[in-house]
Amino acid sequence: MFETLSLLALQQYWWFLVTLLGALFVFLMFVQGGQTLLNTLAKTETEKNVIIASLGRKWELGFTSLVMFGGALFAAFPLLYAVSFGGAYYVWMAILFCFILQAVSYEYRKKPNNFFGQKNYERFLYINGSLGIILIGIALATFYTGGNFIKNDMNLSSWTNHSYGLEAILNPFNIAFGLTIFFLARSQASLYFINNINEPKITERAKRQLKLDASLFLALFLIVTVMLLFISGVGYSEKGFEIVNYKFLHNLLETPLILISLLIGVLLVVYAFYTTLFKASLKGIWFSGLGTVLTVVSLLSLLGYNQTAIYPSLSDIGSSLTIENASGSHYTLTAMSYVSLMVPFVLGYIYLVWRSMDKEQISSEEVESDHHHY
Amino acid sequence: MEDTLLTDWSRAQFALTALYHWLFVPLTLGLSFIIAIMETIYVKTGNLIWKEITKFWMTLFAINFAIGLATGIIMEFEFGTNWSNYSWIVGDIFGAPLAIEGIMAFFMESTFFAIMFFGWDKVSKKMHLLSTWLVAIGSNLSALWILVANGWMQHPIGMEFNLDSARFEMVSFFDVLFNPNAYSKFLHTVGSGYVMGSLFVVGISAWYLLKNKDVIKAKKSMVVGATFGLITSIFLIFTGDESAHQVALNQPTKLAAMEGLYDGHERAGIVAIGQLNHHKEIGDDQEEFIWSIEIPHALSILGFHDMNAFVPGINDLVYGDTDHHNIESASQKMEKGKIAIAALKAYKKAKKEGDMLGAEKALLDFRTNEKYFGYGYLKDPKDIIPPVALTFYSFHIMVGLGTWFLILFFFILYFTMIGKLEKKKMLLRAAVLSIPLGYLAGELGWIVAEVGRQPWTIFEMLPVGMATSQISTTAVQTTFWLFAIVFTGLLIAEIRIMTTQIKNGMEGH
Ligand code: HDD
Ligand code: HEM
Ligand code: HEM
Repeated sequence: MFETLSLLALQQYWWFLVTLLGALFVFLMFVQGGQTLLNTLAKTETEKNVIIASLGRKWELGFTSLVMFGGALFAAFPLLYAVSFGGAYYVWMAILFCFILQAVSYEYRKKPNNFFGQKNYERFLYINGSLGIILIGIALATFYTGGNFIKNDMNLSSWTNHSYGLEAILNPFNIAFGLTIFFLARSQASLYFINNINEPKITERAKRQLKLDASLFLALFLIVTVMLLFISGVGYSEKGFEIVNYKFLHNLLETPLILISLLIGVLLVVYAFYTTLFKASLKGIWFSGLGTVLTVVSLLSLLGYNQTAIYPSLSDIGSSLTIENASGSHYTLTAMSYVSLMVPFVLGYIYLVWRSMDKEQISSEEVESDHHHY
Repeated sequence: MEDTLLTDWSRAQFALTALYHWLFVPLTLGLSFIIAIMETIYVKTGNLIWKEITKFWMTLFAINFAIGLATGIIMEFEFGTNWSNYSWIVGDIFGAPLAIEGIMAFFMESTFFAIMFFGWDKVSKKMHLLSTWLVAIGSNLSALWILVANGWMQHPIGMEFNLDSARFEMVSFFDVLFNPNAYSKFLHTVGSGYVMGSLFVVGISAWYLLKNKDVIKAKKSMVVGATFGLITSIFLIFTGDESAHQVALNQPTKLAAMEGLYDGHERAGIVAIGQLNHHKEIGDDQEEFIWSIEIPHALSILGFHDMNAFVPGINDLVYGDTDHHNIESASQKMEKGKIAIAALKAYKKAKKEGDMLGAEKALLDFRTNEKYFGYGYLKDPKDIIPPVALTFYSFHIMVGLGTWFLILFFFILYFTMIGKLEKKKMLLRAAVLSIPLGYLAGELGWIVAEVGRQPWTIFEMLPVGMATSQISTTAVQTTFWLFAIVFTGLLIAEIRIMTTQIKNGMEGH
């Protein structure tokens, strides 16, 4: 069935899958957001343990989505993977170090004789949740704003400066993007706690925190969206690459599907804040989750479709990457498309497991009586 | 474009992170099955003592698992960060198994891990048992896909070079998937994980017996560990033999280095133990060994399953032996490789100028010499030989340890059966000391496989120097030291947490 698709159709399908994985990852960043709220929402040791237990059952999913995002990018768009990771070296390495810290911290935090001490493991979680997330936002934002790379006619690439990606943190759009994701993660964390935890004190604080984080998020999101619609992007045609003013605005207006899903996504997130804060609903996280996924898919779709570069080169516009020149072969994309049929199945069992584990809200009694808690 | 210093630092960093990752993976692979077996016994018998035993080993499993994830994520992204040329040149083939690993294996592991640890009171007994098995299966599936990828690097098949995109492209997914090299690799590697898991369980149980602590639970664990260990160490030796056979078929340079064999023979013997002569150089007529004990014919049998088979040595491979054995010299291959490289350039140029005839001719030149493409980038014929001493000693120590583990499990099981194990203090101590030996054997195995592959990243196709990211050496040095510090810190934490848990005993689980 996939064999009959054109190469371009396969490339578009795979760009969609990459955006979907990216979006799921952004949704699961509520874990990271929660890590940065540990000391804000918990005032006692028991409350801390409850929060950690609540996040602790989910963190691996987010971690695995990041791995999967990398894997899908590698398989489907190897040149994007090669150019971005191999060039913006310091940024990606810094992100990876933040995730190394996360991987051990849940398990080791409370264990006797743990070498770094509980406080430091909690700091690690904070670093992962703040620096890690902001840097990921910055790295994603460079797909819009570009990187300093060139590639030769053998398609081998190199970076043209020696800051290897660190220069990206000087770009205001990139920073705003990173901060937006950071505050989204924190807002979603509060929504998640309200849904998942049965401790009135914690949920009360989460609501108060949500007001703050959600307002900051909405303000930043507005700024980022406006900036995005005003900056120029790189478009391409048979004649080659060229800078196009208001490229993303054009893309948005020319592809109604993206426009609609973006609007629905944003509305869902806003609705989630509203019902939680004003209607005392516990279900906010589901609305904001769906909304986040739709929004991120739409934003990343502005890059991949409508003859747009997915990674503009700031050093040599002709080296820019597109879904067409960075992808795997027809054969590989076809084979991988068959593999992708497993995605719904995987999402299905994750949902079922998640539901059976979250039948009841987490309470301090449960956490204290469970020998195996983190 | 080659920068040896950069390449060496990139290799060092990859080796460092991979060797660290491999400190944790084998235990995940092996212990997950042992725990699943223990829990099955609990569910079948309903005996609560087995539940406590299961939970105890699970705690240790989780401590190890966490750091396995921490080191694994680096491996995945390092292909991009440090081997970006590689990622592009072979990403069309290599990326696929990595992505499949994520979809099929990692999500399975991480999802059911949550039930395995936090679901005791939330799901039914059967569902919990199923989850434990799924974690074990998931971790072994992840090993499968990553080893398909690695097997392909050792013996690249199922692809073709595309001159337009200047990279290798997959032409047969099933050739890549059913690569014989990947299978021997997978079976041997997971086998080594099972043995490692068994050594761990047996060694720690032995420690409890020596301390006269938790004796009943330790003995029960011992039975499961030693039985599993005995079966899997036999399996390990058979699959190791198959791995050697695959090496003999596809990577003669690696085999020659593994055996320190300079001049090829029919009915070649194996040096069981020996000391290499450090002054020996390729092409000279010094003795290979200062002293050695040889098993006659064994190498021909092991390598080719035929006593009369000819096993080429290092000198044959470098200087060629077209008279008797149809082995081309390395310099001949390099010549042809240079023709292929020139043809690729000519093709590109002709294409740009719209010279279809020229392009066609260049394409033909390329295809005739394609097999030697990678050789065109080598500088010296002797470069085709990997470091001999490192490969040789690593291989021999690994094999020696494999034999020792078999003996160990046999005696442990035997004395357990006749009820005399507690009196055999020496044996128990040996079991404790064998835990680090297990780790050693596994690391050495990878050194054989990976150092023995040099100078290639993709065997005979892509030399290491061509594969790296073009970044500054300083950048790689910086991250190398950061990794060394961070991972060592985490390792210390892990060992301390682990030993504290063990010292606290099996009670209360
Ligand atoms: C507990 C660990 C352990 C033990 C006791 C052994 N091995 Fe092993 N060996 C491994 C763990 C390992 C490994 C870590 O799993 C490797 C590294 C790469 C691979 O495919 O498996 C390996 C590689 C490896 C290779 C290289 C494969 C390649 O280059 O592709 C060969 C030929 C053997 N082994 C053969 C043996 C034999 C004949 C053994 C006899 C007892 C043996 N190994 C014991
Ligand atoms: C976890 C177990 C592994 C260990 C301990 C290990 C060990 C090593 C070592 C020691 C080197 C350095 C060799 C040298 O430069 O002389 C190396 C290089 C390398 N290995 Fe592995 N390896 C492992 C698994 C893998 C796997 C599964 C893959 C691929 C799927 C892989 C791909 C590479 C690459 C790309 C390099 C760098 C290029 C090179 O030096 O050839 N390794 N590894
Ligand atoms: C160089 C190649 C390798 C790469 C790119 C790699 C990648 C990874 C990644 C990304 C993880 C974290 C998974 C998660 O998020 O759940 C991981 C863990 C794991 N890897 Fe590797 N890995 C490599 C080598 C190996 C080898 C050679 C094996 C087995 C033979 C292996 C088996 C595992 C297993 C069982 C885990 C589960 C967690 C644990 O280690 O305890 N990996 N690996």
